[in-house]
Amino acid sequence: MTTEVITPEEIIKKGKIVFEKTKLMTDCTLSYCPGCGHGVAHRLVMEVVDEMGIGDNTIGVAPVGCSVLAYEFMNIDIQQAAHGRAPAVATGIKRVFPEKYVFTYQGDGDLAAIGTSETIHACNRGENIVIIFINNGIYGMTGGQMAPTTLPGMKSSTSPYGRVVESMGYPLKITEMVATLPGVAYATRQAVHTAKLVTKTKKAIIKAFQNQKDKKGTSIIEIVANCNSGWKMTPVESNKWLDENMLAYFPLGDIKK
Amino acid sequence: MEEVKLMKGNEAMAEAAIRAGVDAYFGYPITPQSEVIEYLMHEEPFKRTGMVVLQAESELAAINMVYGAAACGKKAMTSSSSPGISLKLEGISYMAGAELPCLIANVMRGGPGLGTIQPGQSDYFQAVKGGGHGDYNLIVLAPSTVQEMADFVDLGFDLAFKYRNPVMILSDGAIGQMMEKVILPEQKERLSNEEIIKHYGNWATTGKPESRESNIITSLDLKPELQEIHNQHLQNKFKTAEKNEVRYEQIQCEDADYILVAYGTSARISQKVVQLGREKGLKIGLLRPITLWPFPKKIISELADHAKGFLSVEMSAGQMVEDVLLAVEGKVPVAHFGRMGGMIASPSEVLDAVEKEINKI
Ligand SMILES: Cc1ncc(C[n+]2csc(CCOP(=O)(O)OP(=O)(O)O)c2C)c(N)n1
Ligand code: SF4
Repeated sequence: MTTEVITPEEIIKKGKIVFEKTKLMTDCTLSYCPGCGHGVAHRLVMEVVDEMGIGDNTIGVAPVGCSVLAYEFMNIDIQQAAHGRAPAVATGIKRVFPEKYVFTYQGDGDLAAIGTSETIHACNRGENIVIIFINNGIYGMTGGQMAPTTLPGMKSSTSPYGRVVESMGYPLKITEMVATLPGVAYATRQAVHTAKLVTKTKKAIIKAFQNQKDKKGTSIIEIVANCNSGWKMTPVESNKWLDENMLAYFPLGDIKK
Repeated sequence: MEEVKLMKGNEAMAEAAIRAGVDAYFGYPITPQSEVIEYLMHEEPFKRTGMVVLQAESELAAINMVYGAAACGKKAMTSSSSPGISLKLEGISYMAGAELPCLIANVMRGGPGLGTIQPGQSDYFQAVKGGGHGDYNLIVLAPSTVQEMADFVDLGFDLAFKYRNPVMILSDGAIGQMMEKVILPEQKERLSNEEIIKHYGNWATTGKPESRESNIITSLDLKPELQEIHNQHLQNKFKTAEKNEVRYEQIQCEDADYILVAYGTSARISQKVVQLGREKGLKIGLLRPITLWPFPKKIISELADHAKGFLSVEMSAGQMVEDVLLAVEGKVPVAHFGRMGGMIASPSEVLDAVEKEINKI
């Protein structure tokens, strides 16, 4: 019996390429938990930067949070900022490089708790940057503590009996808040846990970078994502929970166009 | 062209920043240094040289804007006074960790807490012992004249880029507010991106061309063995700076058998004390550290071989005196004279203290 050996190169040659790894993602293995929304969001941002042909003209700002190592995965120049300070760091970059593309990539603890002031004021100045905001309702990196976006009644390691709004406050809709500011050109809430939503999110990211090109001001894209580890669920369960609970409180769609 | 003017220390520093070809200033108002940002906003250097000036929403934001601009290879600076510097320390530690050059001016007031808006020197420990978290040092320059407020901007950036480390100008409210004659330097051109790469190397985030690896600015290493190697590299830089960058001034130290050590406003007072003491026949001198870090240990140790004692004169409860003690290595007695809370010592009360200490020996 003989077996035909086909090399990967031959397979690629035989078929028509319909899907490729984004050039602007490195070959590093993602440090995210399997099933986590961060990976998809990373890829989308890099895909857009690549397709717009601005990779050599783009500077990213990584937060403190699970995506602190974004610079290992995104193959562009990146600065890692102190917890919550990414919008201030991005301001510094954009002011000295007004012709370059600048974006921040931040979690909800980073952007809506410790960095609330930097977020609001960067938006209020209408800094001509893109803010990618991953809202997973929890502090992923530090082991699942309560975030400003944790839902009422939702359990976390610092709200072990569920978030009590009377003493712990309400989940913060910061994207709606900054949408009221004249400096903000575009504020939208998207998600990436289904193929259809991925396509929509990509469109939003394209629009945000186009806004920056057109010098329109701040564009903020909130991506409601799962944190299956922090939520203590399987990836599939977490996506279902996201649909039924997170999206009920954080409805998808454009808040300001 | 050089220009002679009568200016406040804070204004001289601001004008010197424009002339040094600084790319960006980010600040938040606080007495006694608000003239820095007021002067810059009034001068509109964005029209003169293209320099960016922005009032941030807090000192936290300001230092992180400096981080962003510095990581682009640009000359970026900020200034503040004591409570504001406390807020900046997280960012300063990040910049030391990420090896970013920048200039920070602290026009000190009396503390702790909100303290007073009057001059102080009680942030010495904060400036020279790290201040923020982790093992790092700032190169700390201490001006004692309006002229030095201006001169140390260019010097500060030279050192910051040479060592890829933040540099601090540690001044105080008296020097920031007083008016003196100042010779302003000629206007330097701001550097282009290409010149920055040529002079300082290709480490900044300028947008990644295909021809190079991505430039990453971070202070993080999750692997402790790598973080330790990085920290060792930082320590080696600090050792080199300690060897090469010590600066000080000696005033009548050659034949002195009692030596005052003082910087900034206290050095101005102490200079007067030396004059008054000499008139009375006391052989006293002044050692004025210009770099508080690296501290002029060697010269103090050498002076301790001849002098009978030292007095550290500071507007604090006694901070620099600890470094004088270390430098003197127990050879002779070291004393401290200080006023606090925004009070400035008079030359006669310092002279009294000197005479008392000399009599004890
Ligand atoms: C000043 C400071 N405070 C606290 C921390 C600890 N810390 C690191 S990440 C984090 C929260 C991250 O949560 P989030 O921004 O929601 O991002 P995620 O990990 O969920 O993606 C905290 C509190 C820190 N690194 N620095
Ligand atoms: S902890 Fe949560 S946010 Fe972090 S990688 Fe895992 S799933 Fe993603």
